[in-house]
Formats: sequence, C-alpha cells, structure tokens
Amino acid sequence: MMAAALRRNLVSLAKGLTGAAIKPLCVRSLSLSTNQNASDTPPARADSTFKVTMVPGDGVGPELMMAVKEVFKGADVPVEFEEFHLSEVQNMASEEKLDQVLTSMKNNKVAIKGKIHTPMEYKGELASYEMRLRRKLDLFANVVHVNSLPGYSTRHNNLDLVIIREQTEGEYSSLEHESVTGVVECLKIITREKSRRIAKFAFDYATKKGRSKVTAVHKANIMKLGDGLFLQSCAEVAELYPKIKYENIIIDNCCMQLVQNPYQFDVLVMPNLYGNIIDNLAAGLVGGAGVVPGESYSAEYAVFETGARHPFAQAVGRNIANPTAMLLSAANMLRHLNLEYHSNMVSEAVKKVIKQGKVRTRDLGGYSTTGDFVRAVVANLRHRPVC
Amino acid sequence: MATSRAVLSLSKALKPVRLGNTVKVFGTALSTQREKSTYTGKSIPPPARYGGRHTVTLIPGDGIGPELLNHVRELFRFSCVPVDFEVVNVNSSLTNEDDINNAITAIRRNGVALKGNIETNHTLPPSHKSRNNLLRTSLDLYANVMHCQSLPGVQTRHKNIDIIIIRENTEGEYSSLEHESVPGVVESLKIITRNNSLRIAEYAFKLAREKGRRRVTAVHKANIMKLGDGLFLQCCKEVAAGYPDIAFDSMIVDNTTMQLVSKPHQFDVMVMPNLYGNVVSNVCAGLVGGPGLVPGANYGNDYAVFETATRNTGKSIAGRNIANPTAMLLASCLMLDHLKLHEYASMIRNAIFTTMNETQLHTADIGGQGTTSEVVQSVMRNIKSSGPLTAEL
Repeated sequence: MMAAALRRNLVSLAKGLTGAAIKPLCVRSLSLSTNQNASDTPPARADSTFKVTMVPGDGVGPELMMAVKEVFKGADVPVEFEEFHLSEVQNMASEEKLDQVLTSMKNNKVAIKGKIHTPMEYKGELASYEMRLRRKLDLFANVVHVNSLPGYSTRHNNLDLVIIREQTEGEYSSLEHESVTGVVECLKIITREKSRRIAKFAFDYATKKGRSKVTAVHKANIMKLGDGLFLQSCAEVAELYPKIKYENIIIDNCCMQLVQNPYQFDVLVMPNLYGNIIDNLAAGLVGGAGVVPGESYSAEYAVFETGARHPFAQAVGRNIANPTAMLLSAANMLRHLNLEYHSNMVSEAVKKVIKQGKVRTRDLGGYSTTGDFVRAVVANLRHRPVC
Repeated sequence: MATSRAVLSLSKALKPVRLGNTVKVFGTALSTQREKSTYTGKSIPPPARYGGRHTVTLIPGDGIGPELLNHVRELFRFSCVPVDFEVVNVNSSLTNEDDINNAITAIRRNGVALKGNIETNHTLPPSHKSRNNLLRTSLDLYANVMHCQSLPGVQTRHKNIDIIIIRENTEGEYSSLEHESVPGVVESLKIITRNNSLRIAEYAFKLAREKGRRRVTAVHKANIMKLGDGLFLQCCKEVAAGYPDIAFDSMIVDNTTMQLVSKPHQFDVMVMPNLYGNVVSNVCAGLVGGPGLVPGANYGNDYAVFETATRNTGKSIAGRNIANPTAMLLASCLMLDHLKLHEYASMIRNAIFTTMNETQLHTADIGGQGTTSEVVQSVMRNIKSSGPLTAEL
C-alpha cells in the first residue's frame, strides 16, 4: 500500500517536472524528427486523455482487464476506460447492453475486449453476441502477430509472422437451414468486395510494417468458385503492391508447413474459418493462447483482444491466467492511440519479465500467479528520465 | 416454400461447376449468373483507413521539401493525429520513370498524398517529362485549388484579400506534345477539350456554392485563341447557366494580372486553363506574402495530392533552416480536412495563425528573424497551450 502511494507521488513529481521542462524537450524532439520511431521520443501532448471502451467478457477476461488497469496505472498512461459487462453465459447480454457498447464505441473508436463466450447449444439465434458486435462495427480484419518471446523457448524460436483473417463472412455467415429433414446446409459466403478489402488490408499492413511477402491461404482446389474468388481478388490487389511478393498456399499444406517450417511465412491472409484455425495453430507454436496479442479493425474502429480468443473458464478466480497476451495487446492499443512512448514502456516491461524467467505463470511452466506477474511487470516499468 | 427456394438456388450455384473447367475460365464467365458478377476493369480500391487511422503517401521531393515534411511529421506525432505516412522517395536525377511510377502506385493504394516539389531538369531531352506533371496527369488530378487569404500578421501592400483560384491541371499547354515539324519550327500543342473544361467549370461553381461565394470569373485569352480558349469560355458559360445564384463573368488573362495587382478585391472565385492558372496563382501568392504562405491542393475524382500552392522547390534555401514552413503546414491541414479529421485540422491551423498573427514569429521571407524550427516549435507550444483536445476522438 505504502509503496504504491509513494510511487504515485513519484510519478506525479516526474509529470510536474517535465511540464516545466517543455522547451528542452521540444528541442530534443526536433533534432530527432528524422528518426520517427526512436523509443525515446517524448510523449505527445501529455495533457490529453484518451477514452477507451472496455468489454471484459467471460472467463478470465475480467482478471486480464484488472491486470491491464494495474499496469496502466503503474505506467501513468493517459487512458480512461468505459467498462461494459456483456456476457451471454451469465445472462448479462441484451439488445440494450449491446447498444450501449456500440454507442460508447462510436465515441471512442477504440476498445479493449475479452472473449464473450458463446454457448454451443442452439436457442433460436444463430449469431452470437460476439459475431453481432463484430458485424455491427464491421470489424472485418483480424490481425494476429505471432512473435516468439525471447527467453521462453519453444520448438520454434524467433518466429515472426502475421496472420490476417477476414471475419465478417465466409463460414461465419450464420446462414444455416435444414432444407430436407436430416440435411443441413451451411452457407459459406465469399464476396468480391470483402475479399478485395481484406486483401488490401493485408498488403497495406505489410507496407506499413515493412514486410516483404503476403501469402493467401485458400482451398480453391475444392471450392473453386468461393475460394477461387477470394484468391482472384488477392491477386488483383497484389498488382498495386509491386514491391511486396505475393504467393498462395492451400490451407492443409499451410498447416503442415507451419508446424514444419514456419519461417517461410511472413504475412498470411485468409477467409474466416481458416484464419480461426491458423490463429490458434500459430499461437500454439510460440507458447499458447496466453501470450499472443490480437486486434480487429474496421475502417472506423479498432478492437484490441487476445490473439487466440478463449474464455479459459476453468481458470476463473484461480489467479493462474497469463496476462501477457492482453498486456501486449494493450500496448498495441497505445501505439494505435499515438502513445508510442507508453506503448514501448508497457511492452518492454512485459518482455523483460518473460526474459528474466523468474516470474512465469503455469502455462509457461512456472509457478507464479497472475498477480505476481502483474506486479513484476509494474516493477519493471521504465519511467521517463527526468531531464 | 423456403425449402424449394433453397434447393433451387443450390442447383443454380452448381450449374457452372457442371459446365466444367471453371477454374481456367474463371472470370470470363459461363452461366448467366456468373456473368452478372464478372469483374470488369480496374475498380478503385478503398483508401487505406483502418481503425480510424489513415495511411498517406509522403513524397519529400527536392529542395526544402524533405525538411518541411519532417516538420509536418513531427507536428502530427506531437498532436496525436491518426495518420501514418508511407514515405516514397523520388529521385529527380534519374532518367527512368520507376521512381515516379512507384509514387503513383503508392497514391493509388492510399488515395491521398502530401508532397514536396520534385525538381525538373531542363537540360534533359524532351522525353524526360516533369515528374510533377506526370503524377498529376496519371492520377487525373484535374482541379488545382488554391485559397489566397491575407494574414493579418503579415505586412503586404493589399489587405483582406480572399480569392479562390481553380486551375485546370491536366491539359492545355501542359500536354507535353511538342515537335519540330520543319527544322527551326517548333509546334507546342495546347489542348482544350470540352469534357475537361466542363468538368473544371462544374468543380468551380460547386465549390463556390459550397463556400458561399457569390461570383466566378473565368480567365481566358479567347480574343486570340478563338477556338481553344473560346471552347473553354463557352463551357464555363454553359455550366454557369445551371448556377443562377452565382454571378459569372470573364476576363482576359493580361488584364486579369493587371487588375490583380491594382484592385485585387474585385475577385472572388477564379477558374482558368492550366498555364494562366500557373501565372495567376503566382501573382496571387505574391499579393499575400509569397510562396511560403499559401497551401495548394490537387483533386481528382478518386485521389487528392496536397502541396504548396506555387510548387517551388526552394533549392537555394534548402537545408538552411530558414524556409517558411507555413505553406506546407497549412497544406497538411487541408489534407486533414480532406480526410475529415476536421478537429485536428483546425487545431493545427489555429496554432499556425496564432504564431503568425499574435506571436508574430516570422521567417526571413516575410521580414522576420525566426528560423523554420522556431516557427514549428511555436506552433507546437500553441497547440499545447490550447488545452486538451476535448472533441470526441
């Protein structure tokens, strides 16, 4: 308690001091202007606060959100959360609740979110709340950046690949019917517009992040028209990006290659269901659902979440969930909000704790609790040097 | 009922497969159903905007371009503007067109660009076209818009000037069609087309109505070029008939320049072909304080490129930290407006005007002693002191 209060004092002291020292800071930042990504550039507009919508979801979601809040407090991040508890399994979901979340999103544009669990049984509604939220906000692109964590060794180390998944159509159309008793048809929808949109997203992402190759994953040998259209759209968009190599691979082969030689891939782009599978497979390569961050985009909105979306309900209340994925995702959110400095501070602290290897949750072979991990991260936050 | 429809649509969907070999002939269409959705030609992809963040192509250009654009980047970072830049360098000394083609493709995918001027070497053979011109014509950026407005903090001969100049940007004298038909005789072709003239006139009147302006003046030389400029004038008149709320008149280009320097307040919105636009816009920029103050924009139907209005390279003052950053900073505000980031645009614009008019921190070109970076820092300080951005982000 004492320590926390003391730290807060120190933080506000540091804030006060930099406020007085605006001028030298500006001078320094100007000389750095050619080096945009230097991690030492001072925070921009320290006076503004950003509002972010928070949907903790089910399972360990709320615990992970607590971790995010604690770390943000420790890092003195200028972000305020608007919390909404939306859950189907806890009977906390309603149209009204969904509308509240949507209104909040319309104002804030950015959200951080846990998984909203979907019960398997059919109760008359084919689309889950998770899907409806996604559709209402038109969050068409899901990005999972699979990056090995230095210090935690797996079968494949130094992995660095990006999986981009279309998540508004394809197999997730919620169009299913029993045309004849005993015969169910599930409609998989592929449209040119959405295929081109996700392909362009993948190439734009590759351009922005300086990546060199985009691979489209498909099953056009069987679904000649549907996946064929997806593949054709990708090839058309690729023409706009002559500097980025474009390839395609069939989904089954892609899975095999991923476990055998994942280093051959850079950016992967694919329709909905394949993306779901590949996301999970790739997360497994670097340490599981607890360590891989993810994010979803529409033109207007961005939602930050874990890469492999599982509620992990069996761990609720046991203080064993790994907050790494959510914290890294939160760091990505800060970068999206132009808070580069705070983003680096959070992600570096998380990576440092993992690299030191002293504090690890159970899924990474350690014995520490979620709380221990969060405390270790907070202790490792590097504060801005006062000049 | 529902069942039979489902079965029906299923059999329809299966039809092309039965016709066989669909992979090979994909897109060339077999059944009627496929024909309907067949992809025709190049469609314009959506701009790169995800999660509310935009990607914009940044072409530093030559001379003072790179330093000014670095200031813009720094200012955007400082102001938390949700814009990422994709920097594309164009080397003006190379004779091949790979660089500029790269830049054009980059604009095609991002939709919007901010650029410095690219040097054009006059000594190279005529096959070497101006990179700037190539960019404008390839992307069909037909309308060049510049808004000349007096800044109260800047000392000039005429006060309260407020003129919008709209210039046809793709044809006219800039057709790049020149030949020596007989030794010693060179013909340069000036092209005026009905389509492009109607298009630019329509743009001018639409803009005038949007901005609540009262009069549009067409600038021409139809007394000499009776057919070419005559066509332009004719098109302007035709379009004017559709805008009864806006007065229309025309003026010959030589007289226009004289009127501009003697009685500039008589002008409101001006529309003209390419070369006259070039001349008139430079005269107007001079009226309000010079090339360092006025931003310019080039709009097409699908793309937009922002730069300084007079498109100077400023080679002589490059790298000396004395260039006036105002024009480029204001151009970046125009870009933010185009991206509908109006709060950010007005925040930065107000800070620039405060620096100009209240702080009176000026660079040497308008009689001050400040450096480029001092001006930019002052703008940042003004942004900071204007308080947090309370608008909904």
